[in-house]
Amino acid sequence: MSALTFKLKIKTDQRVDMSPLVCQLLKDKEFNDIAAITLQSGKARLRVDELFHISGSDTDNIVIENSFEKLDFIGKGLEEGSITVKGNAGAYLGLEMKSGTLDVEGNVGIFAACEMKKGLLTINGDAGDFLGGALIGNKQGMKGGTVVVKGNAGERVGDHMRRGMILIEGNAGDYCGSRMTAGTIAVMGTTGRYLGYAMRRGTLLLWNQPTLSATFNDCGSHTLAFLPLLFNSFKKLNSKFADATQAFNRVQRYGGDVAEMGRGEVLVKI
Amino acid sequence: MIINGVTIDETFAEAFPMKATRVIITAQTAQWAYNSAKSMTGFATSVIGCGCEADIERILDPSETPDGRPGVSALIFAMGGKSLMKQLETRAGQSVLTSPTSALFSGIDGGKRIPLGKNLRYFGDGFQTSKLIDDKRYWRIPVMDGEFLVEETTGQVNAIGGGNLLVLAKSEVDALNACEKAVEEMRKIPNVILPFPGGVVRSGSKVGSKYKALGASTNDAFCPTLKGITKTELSPEIESVMEIVIDGLTEEDIKKAMRVGIETFCSIGAYNGVKRISAGNYGGKLGPHHFHLREIME
Repeated sequence: MSALTFKLKIKTDQRVDMSPLVCQLLKDKEFNDIAAITLQSGKARLRVDELFHISGSDTDNIVIENSFEKLDFIGKGLEEGSITVKGNAGAYLGLEMKSGTLDVEGNVGIFAACEMKKGLLTINGDAGDFLGGALIGNKQGMKGGTVVVKGNAGERVGDHMRRGMILIEGNAGDYCGSRMTAGTIAVMGTTGRYLGYAMRRGTLLLWNQPTLSATFNDCGSHTLAFLPLLFNSFKKLNSKFADATQAFNRVQRYGGDVAEMGRGEVLVKI
Repeated sequence: MIINGVTIDETFAEAFPMKATRVIITAQTAQWAYNSAKSMTGFATSVIGCGCEADIERILDPSETPDGRPGVSALIFAMGGKSLMKQLETRAGQSVLTSPTSALFSGIDGGKRIPLGKNLRYFGDGFQTSKLIDDKRYWRIPVMDGEFLVEETTGQVNAIGGGNLLVLAKSEVDALNACEKAVEEMRKIPNVILPFPGGVVRSGSKVGSKYKALGASTNDAFCPTLKGITKTELSPEIESVMEIVIDGLTEEDIKKAMRVGIETFCSIGAYNGVKRISAGNYGGKLGPHHFHLREIME
């Protein structure tokens, strides 16, 4: 059985809500039923077969081809199976994702992995702002799962993050880990200003020395026992993080944000 | 049944259901992992007086441990889930948390999850932090040498305690020598422990006592100095009896260990003082698990 493939015919002017095209909602649906699903695009509702050439039938394995940055909500609430996006993706990629895998070939927009609960989301390009964050007004961001970004991430990575892991091979923008409640964000590249702004708990694991605000205090150099376990868990990933030569257990530990609860930490490789 | 001049009695060891768990202790060096494990499994020979039965199962290579450091695996057995939990927490708190560079992990993935570091974390006084790695939660407790890393839970499984072998020898020296060799071989079997000092017991007991306050007392039928004045199980040439008690995760594990023990006793042979092999039981009325010596050797 080949993957259920949606090949985009036209790049719409308006953004498209792709949330109906997730594995669990398409399960047991006939080809004609899938073709007749309507997607919101601006004020209009468009049939799936108006927008996409449809082929294949394996609803556990969905491929979106010719994807571009106006396809929003791809993999929203995904509960099982896998979705592969060939091209870029719009905003809210993997919003409230509950399980399964989501793989994007290109770049993604804002609020990717927002309030994600479980599963694996891989972004081969860059990610926009609020990666793994909370929707505006909500108090809890990502609550579980793993996000791998092979490019750079925008501002406010892991805003209000509650649990889970965000692994960024490139750079992260300003306010990385802001208002974090728990979880782990690892950045191999550089980080911007206001790192860990108002973070309460959680870990920011960095390969490069950041510019820290005055509300982070140096706790000294340490060999931490949990780091080998953490790096060991990366081995199954298709990422630089799986490379054993990138692993370390000796870090400079900074505690903060003491303007908040102050139980968070920034660990910098030494 | 006689092997190499050693008589194997037609009897059985009577064993009881228990609850058990395995933990893995790691440290910067194998010696420090051992120090911690030795302390954690200390004073744990019998549930009667110690609350649990515990021992080091084996020394682990760094490649076998969760954090890639030298380690030791230990098994802990108790009569019920509650007593196992209590013993585990007390021992982990006093012997592993306190031991320099140590970390503590679950050694059983399945089973009912019981607290390992779940409550120990409060030692961190609010500075403790947790990490969820591969669906397992670990607690990082700040301590004076750095951080104590402990897995939140471990697995409790049904197990069996009280498998045993009695070696009846021509002399005390012969009995001890035979037991030492048997213990060395039996300890190579996974999933079992021999909880008594050096794996050997010299004070086997029977149920009941002439003193009302005592539930168990010396097994006079196997005491060589009482041969002439009690209903003895010993023939005149027997001068010393020693016992090896075995706790295991399954019946098969105990059978394997008992077979290895009997084979070792028999290989030493009657010529070197091992005259008979027997086992302790209560007539089959108390424990549901019966390990018949001759069946094990068939």
